[in-house]
Amino acid sequence: MSDLLVVKGVVKRFGGFTALDGVDLNLKVGERLGLIGPNGSGKSTLVNCICGTLFNEEGSVRFEDKEISKLPAHKRIHRGLARSFQLPKPFASMSVVDNLVVPILYAANSHEGAVRRNPAQATEEAMAILKQIGLGPKAHEMSGGLTQVDMRKLELARAMAAKPKLLISDEAMAGLSNSEVDEILALLFTMKEQGIAVIMIEHIMRAVMRFSERVAVLVAGRKIADGDPEAVMRNPEVERAYLGE
Amino acid sequence: MKKMSHKVFIPVAYAVAAVVVLVSQLVPNDYFFSAAYTVLLFIILATAWNILGGYTGYVNFGTAAFFAMGAYTTVALFKLSPTLPLPVMILAGTFIAGVTGLGMGALTLRLKGVFFSIATLALSVVVFTFVVNWDYAGGARGAYVIAPRDVPFGLKRYIHFLYVVMVFLSATAIVVARVIETSTIGRGLEAIRDDELAAECCGVPTLKLKLLSTTISGALMGMAGTTYPYFVSYVEPASTFNLSYAVNSIAMPLIGGMTTWVGPLIGAILLGTVQQVVQVTISSAWNLLIVGVLLVLFVTLAPEGIMGLWFRWRKKQKLKKGAAQ
Repeated sequence: MSDLLVVKGVVKRFGGFTALDGVDLNLKVGERLGLIGPNGSGKSTLVNCICGTLFNEEGSVRFEDKEISKLPAHKRIHRGLARSFQLPKPFASMSVVDNLVVPILYAANSHEGAVRRNPAQATEEAMAILKQIGLGPKAHEMSGGLTQVDMRKLELARAMAAKPKLLISDEAMAGLSNSEVDEILALLFTMKEQGIAVIMIEHIMRAVMRFSERVAVLVAGRKIADGDPEAVMRNPEVERAYLGE
Repeated sequence: MKKMSHKVFIPVAYAVAAVVVLVSQLVPNDYFFSAAYTVLLFIILATAWNILGGYTGYVNFGTAAFFAMGAYTTVALFKLSPTLPLPVMILAGTFIAGVTGLGMGALTLRLKGVFFSIATLALSVVVFTFVVNWDYAGGARGAYVIAPRDVPFGLKRYIHFLYVVMVFLSATAIVVARVIETSTIGRGLEAIRDDELAAECCGVPTLKLKLLSTTISGALMGMAGTTYPYFVSYVEPASTFNLSYAVNSIAMPLIGGMTTWVGPLIGAILLGTVQQVVQVTISSAWNLLIVGVLLVLFVTLAPEGIMGLWFRWRKKQKLKKGAAQ
């Protein structure tokens, strides 16, 4: 099967600082990839370049064999590339269910050959996702008043509502307790059943090792390892990056 | 509660307008129509401002610029040919203000928050300078626009006719606002107001929607201005660009509530009427002071406006009902 996402030689500079220095990354349909690296290694910048909230200066980003690196973010979502944010960004003046209606009406409806849902159908679909994710009882609460773990779930639910082919989860578990991490992990595992590829950015190694079929490591804007999780962890370069010499 | 569909709301809005027009013909006092004209003017301005300010979350200080754009389109067309019918001027002024809104949006929407607001204020100054130096439309001297002698529809005086026109223009502004508010576009604008980046990442074409928002908002403000020269007969820049237009069109939605079309309507009727009454009974100098005091009161005590209080009250009632069962 051909690759869903092909990132090639992506370079991103902020003034004199090179945040990404020729990064390559491939992802197959339905694959689960863990993306790790120390703070400031460029993980979030890479995600931003893939999703279109930042534009890379060099290199290419191809999704389903089409170049997308010049497209604005919303057009990339229309093609099936969704993300969650590291710091939850709920639409605070809307109810939880209305938060999901937005991507259903704007993203899921814009996919090629999609059946147009009207607002009532979109609300129904949003309720179904909320039930699946365990936010059903809170559907009509204001999203601004949710607890941290529920906000993380809402972030993922909103990304799922866009009916993506690839979901990028940017540190969805940072700051959560052990049992909460398991809840979010269980959620991410359900993506596999729906055939959604997932890139998980995470610092919690327990979660990364359990979740990923493959792990890629970024250090100072370069990818230094990419492969089987166990093998990557034994890689001396990775050890050096994390633990120092 | 199910929301009224557009097919029902639009005829209802115009029917209400027609009833208002018919009932007010019973008022014997001519001054009523002048006062009502001002209140209606503010209903349109507040409603228009709210499309960008309330729904989309971009605070526009340039109301006067768009309003004057509409007014000066009428002045220019009147100079060109005094017999041009009013609807032509209304359409032209609306169009020109709309195009200006689009242009302003394209230039300034990369700015956020207070920087956007400052840019709109700057636009106001630019348009003012242009008008002051625009000799054809009277420049700093001002220009006379004399209403036609024959009043249409067999009405007694031209102000009666202007009043009727303004009632229907207000209904139009409210219909436009409500259609936007209840449509998918309205949801998109709301998402932009809450978090623009998250909206873009949920597939909302934020730039396009913001441009739509500035265009429609500007067009409606211009529409409000088109009848103004006939109302005052003498148009000059200082009063047409008066700060009170910008202040009132912000204060009214704020006091009424910014999330629905009802808010600006209530705010404009309330604040507009209070100002008219004060002007007659106390002094015209008190107007802006009253706006200021009310604004401070609402921002501290009821930041979501009158509609916000109403929604909260209704929620409480619902909870009470649920607890009783």
